[in-house]
Amino acid sequence: MNNFKNFTKGFLKENPVFILLLGLCPTLGVTTSAINGLGMGLATTFVLVGSNVVISLIKKLIPDKVRIPSFIVIIASFVTIIDLVMAAYVPALYESLGLFIPLIVVNCIVLGRAEAFASKNTVFSSMIDGLGMGLGFAFALTILGSVREILGSYSIFGFKFIQTDGILVFVLAPGAFFGLAYLIAIMKKINK
Amino acid sequence: MAKKESTFLNMTLTLFVITAIAAAGLASVYNVTKDPIQKAKDEKLKTAINVVVPGADKAQIEEKEIPAADGSGNLVFYYVKNGDDLIGTAVKTFSNNGFGGVITVMVGFDKEGKIIDSNVLEHKETPGLGDKSGKSVSSWNEQFKGMDISSMKNSELKVKKDGGQVDAITAATITSRAYCDAIQRAFNTYIKTLTENNVEPKEGGNE
Repeated sequence: MNNFKNFTKGFLKENPVFILLLGLCPTLGVTTSAINGLGMGLATTFVLVGSNVVISLIKKLIPDKVRIPSFIVIIASFVTIIDLVMAAYVPALYESLGLFIPLIVVNCIVLGRAEAFASKNTVFSSMIDGLGMGLGFAFALTILGSVREILGSYSIFGFKFIQTDGILVFVLAPGAFFGLAYLIAIMKKINK
Repeated sequence: MAKKESTFLNMTLTLFVITAIAAAGLASVYNVTKDPIQKAKDEKLKTAINVVVPGADKAQIEEKEIPAADGSGNLVFYYVKNGDDLIGTAVKTFSNNGFGGVITVMVGFDKEGKIIDSNVLEHKETPGLGDKSGKSVSSWNEQFKGMDISSMKNSELKVKKDGGQVDAITAATITSRAYCDAIQRAFNTYIKTLTENNVEPKEGGNE
């Protein structure tokens, strides 16, 4: 399979959020603003690329029966690294993402890509796959975050364009479901 | 290279090696990020204190944990000093009565117990309603500036609905009450420390 396809499939054809419906917990939880969505997406991309590369590097060394625990240890290590690094260098973003950073460990996309792709493919295409999937995830979260921020607080990336309160429900949890539902419908239409 | 077989020895060894490498890697990342994380935390605390006691960023800060006057937990007192001169005291206080649970508030008092300023540190209130208690969202808590709780009726801080003097946030009365409750707790404890330690008595010179 060519690498260009590997990279682009994460955006439309196999978008983790809109098509595969994986990793919905952080998707619904953190997307109260565009910047939160982008930050979460990039953190997940880092973990995906890191774990995909390492797992495809050592896939032959891991006995089949212990592959899942091994994958989890590798993924958890990368999550802890990004957790510490973000706490140290971007404390403001770290605070608003809060609990969801450690929760990347249990994001199905990461283990899913390790099991379905990285454990069967070469290092380079695993890296491309991780990058594509991660950026596709970031793309979806940023779109959803933007929609919720625009409708919910009349601002985009923190820049307020109407000086009143927005439609509050979009900032609250139900707004995440509304927004996601419409975006999935639109994506279905585009992919047809 | 053929794939390793799942024998007991292979599995044990593989997992051991992977976890050992992961542990070593994490330890080194932790070492590198330890100082910046501590620095970011200190910076954040100092900024939070500076909001309620202006000038704190250039002064020394003495930290002390003091049990709340009503015994409901511990409050953290930050004595902001310029040499021996007390500029003000920032108190990290809390209320359990928020709409979403605990609200943590930082409030600054001058020597007489007048409020210099206050702000929310942590909360789980509704975005768009209760979060207006924070300075980053609205100017609601400006009204507490300069308030002298001891001169109020029963020296109690209450929202107007409950017969007090504080304008509640529209549609977030519970948050407003909790905010008052937090400041009240800080005030009572602050006054208690003043009388106990006899620091800077209000009317000296009679003896």
